[in-house]
Amino acid sequence: MGVIAASELPALPLHTAGKYVAAAYVVFFAIVLIYVAIMAVRLKRIERDVAELIDQQSAVAADRVELGDRESTPV
Amino acid sequence: MSASAPQTQPPPVAMQRAEGVSHEPPRTSTVIGALLRKELLVELRTLESVPGMSLFAVTTFVVFHFALNRNSIDGDEAAGILWVTLLFAAMLGINRLFVADADQGGFDGFLIAPVERSALLLAKAGTLLAYLLVLEIVAVPAFALLLLAPPISQALPALVAVLLLGDLGVAAIGTLVAALAVRTRARDLLGPLLALPLLVPIVIGAARASSPLLVLSHPGGPPGRWMLLLGLYDLVFGLIAYALFEFLLED
Amino acid sequence: MYGKGLRALSISTVVVMALALALVFFYAPLEAQEGFLQKIFYVHVPLAIVALGGFMLGGVFAILHLRTRDARWDMRSYVAIHMSLIFGLGALITGSIWAKGSWGHWWVWNEPTLVSFLIIFLLYATYQPLRFAIEDPERQARYASVFAITAGAFVPLNYIAVNLATAYVHPRVFSSTSNLPASMAFTLFVSLLAMALLYATLCKYELTAKHTRAQLRAARRLLEQRSPGGARTSQRRTRSAAPSVYPAPAPGRMAGGPL
Repeated sequence: MGVIAASELPALPLHTAGKYVAAAYVVFFAIVLIYVAIMAVRLKRIERDVAELIDQQSAVAADRVELGDRESTPV
Repeated sequence: MSASAPQTQPPPVAMQRAEGVSHEPPRTSTVIGALLRKELLVELRTLESVPGMSLFAVTTFVVFHFALNRNSIDGDEAAGILWVTLLFAAMLGINRLFVADADQGGFDGFLIAPVERSALLLAKAGTLLAYLLVLEIVAVPAFALLLLAPPISQALPALVAVLLLGDLGVAAIGTLVAALAVRTRARDLLGPLLALPLLVPIVIGAARASSPLLVLSHPGGPPGRWMLLLGLYDLVFGLIAYALFEFLLED
Repeated sequence: MYGKGLRALSISTVVVMALALALVFFYAPLEAQEGFLQKIFYVHVPLAIVALGGFMLGGVFAILHLRTRDARWDMRSYVAIHMSLIFGLGALITGSIWAKGSWGHWWVWNEPTLVSFLIIFLLYATYQPLRFAIEDPERQARYASVFAITAGAFVPLNYIAVNLATAYVHPRVFSSTSNLPASMAFTLFVSLLAMALLYATLCKYELTAKHTRAQLRAARRLLEQRSPGGARTSQRRTRSAAPSVYPAPAPGRMAGGPL
């Protein structure tokens, strides 16, 4: 195989065929990148849900501490 | 209802006390025969499926006459129109195949009985096959009368063979798809949507096989290659339907 | 854990994909008949092959699901089919572009791969509506598996049938894969490998995301159980056809025991 000299690289005829080839590869990359974008949206949603969950946990923990205080204090 | 009685369980006590009833579960072939007889009897009394399918086929031929603006057709066109019409008429039968069972609790009754699950598949496929045969007895002469250019007698024995092979495939796939679609929310829509792509190879095989039978000049015999494809397809999907059917029945 | 190995997989995908692209544009020779247009071959054919493989893989996972009744196999089957549908759409579009460049029409019937792909695509497009039309999750998974197995068996048979049908009308026009020069075959192989790795990466990605959501739901349920009424969370807005890995927990466990 070896290294191919730059002068021997196949020329890229961008008049007719090149358009179609480029279009096909663009379609391929677009599909992959659209999928990446969809996953990004999902990841954001998960992050938001996790944050919500943590907030609730801390709220519940705070409630419990409060109840504990009230019970231990004589009325 | 999670009734999954294994075959070896003895029948319930009430049945044992009945007179003249054997204590072993009935043989599968007997069960299939009984179910098939029941299905055909019900159809004979209610005439729900077959007349509708046949009428649909004949009407479709008339529609094709106007749509194509042709008085007679032969060869590829004839084969194509015949098979498409038969296919769509079959869809009507497929849609109705399990409807009574699903709506009136027939599935549950069947599940309780100590019989093999696949008996229902074979009985229903046999029913569908019977419907298709009756359909063809009506539709093929109608086709010969209304649209077909060459006389049908030249094609008849070979055409019957092709029709039979095609029907077997439609029956196998149609029964499986009918069972799959019947207990979903859009059963009338999903049935044809699922069945049509699965039936494309049958259309290919049957239309290609029928086409040389229906040409005006020098009709030939059906190419063996297509009959082989049809037979292979029927076999594979018959086996698949047989293997998968019971998974659709559990509940 | 689904996320394990995801990084290694993604990195190898990138490396092999870069190598494949380099080979396509700098190593593979120009084809005699079609010239530069033939380069689409290296993206269209791998997409098609991987999609078809993915559909059959979905069928295999469905068989495992019916055998083991483990919901995770159903999840894998669903993701495999879903991803194959996307790759299949890519194959159809790139195939159409190729047809336009080669024949001047956006669709040709005499290319059996494209035609059989269309039929398979139409079949699998009913997979999600089927799942959506069944409410009970166990039955949904079971029926979907039956469909996946039937459709998976259909893929090779359909390909054979369409090939037979087309051979009688026109000869195969696009470069056939049977008599390729070695350099082209090598490039095709690397492209195929890259596409398969991409498929595996995206599937793993999808499975990890679904699993994470399921874990989140389970955590939320646990929280609700510990402090009923305290956990007012944002409910799922729409019903989705996607299966969930964690089915609803058994009633006995939620009796407010020490957890």
